[in-house]
Amino acid sequence: MIPLSWYLIFAAALFSIGLFGVLARKNAVAILMGVELMLNAVNINLVAFWRYQRPDIIAGQVFAVMVFAVAAAEVAVGLALIISIYRRRNTIVADNIDMLKL
Amino acid sequence: MAITTIIWLIPLPPLLAFFIIVLLTNRSRALSHTIAVGSALLSWLGSMIVFASALSIKHFGENPFTDSIPWLPVGDDWFLIGVQVDPLSAASLFFVAWTILMIFIYSVGYHNFGQPKGDHDVKGLPPHGASVIGADGHVHQVPSVEPMYSRFFAFIGLFAFGMYLLVLSDNLLTLFVGWEIMGLCSYLLIGFWYGKPSARAAMIKAFITTRVGDVFMLLGIAYLYSATGTLNYRAILYNEEVLHTLSTTASGFLGLSAAGLIGIFLFIGAVGKSAQFPLHVWLPDAMEGPTPVSAMIHAATMVSAGVYMTIRIFPLLSAGMDHGELTSPMMVVAFIGAFTALFAASIAVAQNDIKRVLAYSTISQLGYMIAALGIGAYVAAAFHLITHAFFKALLFLGSGSVIHGMEHGVLHTGKHIDPQDMFNMGGLRKKMPVTFWTFLIGGFALSGFPLVTAGFWSKDEILADAFGHNHMVVFIILALAALLTAFYTMRQITLTFFGEPRTDAAHHAHETPWTMTTPLVILAFFAVAAGWVGIPEHFPLIGGVVPNWFHDFVGGTLIEHPKAVEFNSIPLLTSLVVALGGLSLGWWVYRDIKTGAVDPVQKFLGPVYTVLKNKYYFDELYDFLFVRPAFWISETFTYLWMDRGVIDGILHGTSNLAYHLGGMFRNYIDKPVVNGAGDLVGNTTKRIGHGLRFIQSGRVQQYMISALIVGAVISILFYYLTNFAQ
Repeated sequence: MIPLSWYLIFAAALFSIGLFGVLARKNAVAILMGVELMLNAVNINLVAFWRYQRPDIIAGQVFAVMVFAVAAAEVAVGLALIISIYRRRNTIVADNIDMLKL
Repeated sequence: MAITTIIWLIPLPPLLAFFIIVLLTNRSRALSHTIAVGSALLSWLGSMIVFASALSIKHFGENPFTDSIPWLPVGDDWFLIGVQVDPLSAASLFFVAWTILMIFIYSVGYHNFGQPKGDHDVKGLPPHGASVIGADGHVHQVPSVEPMYSRFFAFIGLFAFGMYLLVLSDNLLTLFVGWEIMGLCSYLLIGFWYGKPSARAAMIKAFITTRVGDVFMLLGIAYLYSATGTLNYRAILYNEEVLHTLSTTASGFLGLSAAGLIGIFLFIGAVGKSAQFPLHVWLPDAMEGPTPVSAMIHAATMVSAGVYMTIRIFPLLSAGMDHGELTSPMMVVAFIGAFTALFAASIAVAQNDIKRVLAYSTISQLGYMIAALGIGAYVAAAFHLITHAFFKALLFLGSGSVIHGMEHGVLHTGKHIDPQDMFNMGGLRKKMPVTFWTFLIGGFALSGFPLVTAGFWSKDEILADAFGHNHMVVFIILALAALLTAFYTMRQITLTFFGEPRTDAAHHAHETPWTMTTPLVILAFFAVAAGWVGIPEHFPLIGGVVPNWFHDFVGGTLIEHPKAVEFNSIPLLTSLVVALGGLSLGWWVYRDIKTGAVDPVQKFLGPVYTVLKNKYYFDELYDFLFVRPAFWISETFTYLWMDRGVIDGILHGTSNLAYHLGGMFRNYIDKPVVNGAGDLVGNTTKRIGHGLRFIQSGRVQQYMISALIVGAVISILFYYLTNFAQ
């Protein structure tokens, strides 16, 4: 059986890729995609810990399902925001959207 | 009506007249003077009734009219005030009533009642005259009526009240009240023409100078009250026991007895009021007032009041006297009186103002009376007081009449000369015959013209007393003063009435109206007849024809009746020589003075004349000694040094100190510490905010990097700290 650490290392790598995407990409859509990667890295951890530590209770799976649902909703809202910004400012480059400063 | 009721009522009419005129009738001249003269007439009537009933009582001195009411509660007792008429007050009442009535009547004419209003007369200045168109169509200048006519009658009404109150009171306190009322009235009347700066100065001078004496008098009254517990005349002065106690109690001051010190204090009051040296300076200046006022002050009332009071307190002055030895207060009194008599007479010789000559003569004659008291000639002093009141009132009113006539001439000619300067007069005997004859009688009475005039008898009695009791210094001084008196009186009469008119004004002078001449005639009668009541019994030829009533009557005021002095021909001869010699000398020197001539006395005396003319420089001396130091104290010392320097200095110093202290607090505590701390907090916050501004770029990704870094650092720190802390 594949040891748990492999799953955790994979999940950490995936999280770091997502984090890099969030921090480094200019395109707002790509940032959103980075966020999704990070959420899924967490899901992998949740499912892996459930399978290896407490397979008798299903809370881990339920938690993962809820993260999916939340991620879906979050993407829906995030994309809607991005479309709204694009319509208003004609750009989705994150560096140009600095209205928080004001 | 009981006699005491009448006595109570005598002073009231003039007081009522004062209030009625001031409050109600001051717009009507005729009504005002009717009320004033009417009130004087009522008082006169009452006085005559009282005088007549006093005459009918035997041993009146022992049984005087007295009545009193409780006035002021003092401890368990009452301070009584009341009226008293004893022989001295009865005799004084007689001359006071007559002279006051005459002066009231005279004032009507003097203030030009019935004349038109002046063209440009203003209140506070003497009337300047009015122009009227005569029957021939020419414009004439005639005298105009006094602008403050009613006011004058109100004031002299109050004055008369003061004098009646003084004469009729039975104690020193109400006497002092009357005394002060007269002080006030003399102030108001001397400054009656308050538009003149000289009148204003004179009124203040009179008031303040007499005030000096009054303060001492009040001290004397207070001492007397504390020593005896009463101020009633009879309880003190007619009470041998009290007098003896007072004269044997030491006062602890200069070795005087209590009686002596009280007597001297009271006498200083009289010195102020009767214008004796050294407080004589106010009286000549008081001539600034209208002439009836001069008569009122210098004859009938105020100055007589001083002598009256001194006669009153004579038992105090003489308490402790034995075998004709003078007590020390009496010696002071005699010295002051005799010195004043000669001193004032010598000044009068060099005065040219007709009223000023009379003013100095008044001072001199009052000195006579005071000197007479000082040597114990009680009756002679009272006698001279009365005769002097009559002839001096006559002389003043006569001089007023002369001035009035001269003013008429001045208005007629339109040339402005001094109507009071005797060298501008001359030859008035034909223009003003009534004034001339009455003035001559008054002048002769003043000089002591032998046998016919009252002044002779009273003056002779004083000289005889001085000689008879062997007070030779006083006798010689008074004889010299009498010589000077006769001389300056004749100088005055000759310059005024004899010779030819020296100015146009004198040429056009004419006799004054009947309201002025009638009082002159009546007073002239008394100036002669008042002497007949006191002819010594052993006088050659006429002695004993008329009994020496006055001596017995007034002498009865004292417990121990003074003995009449024995007749001696030396004082009689002396008084004959000085009176006749002075009169003839005066006539001879001044019989032929031409217009613009120099006073012969000036040529004769040289520099001494200048000293006399300037009144021995007493005004200048007092100015130097008292007035200027007073000004210096008030202006330089009190105002500049004390007020501006010390008090303002303290205030300004305090405020400056507070100002600088505040400044210090502000500069060294408030600004750096409090404000600095506040500013530091604000500025630091601002600077930190400013420094941290770059963090907020608005870029979400940067925020996240920062958050990540912070989170990482905190995690690492937390990890290490939790691990290494164990």
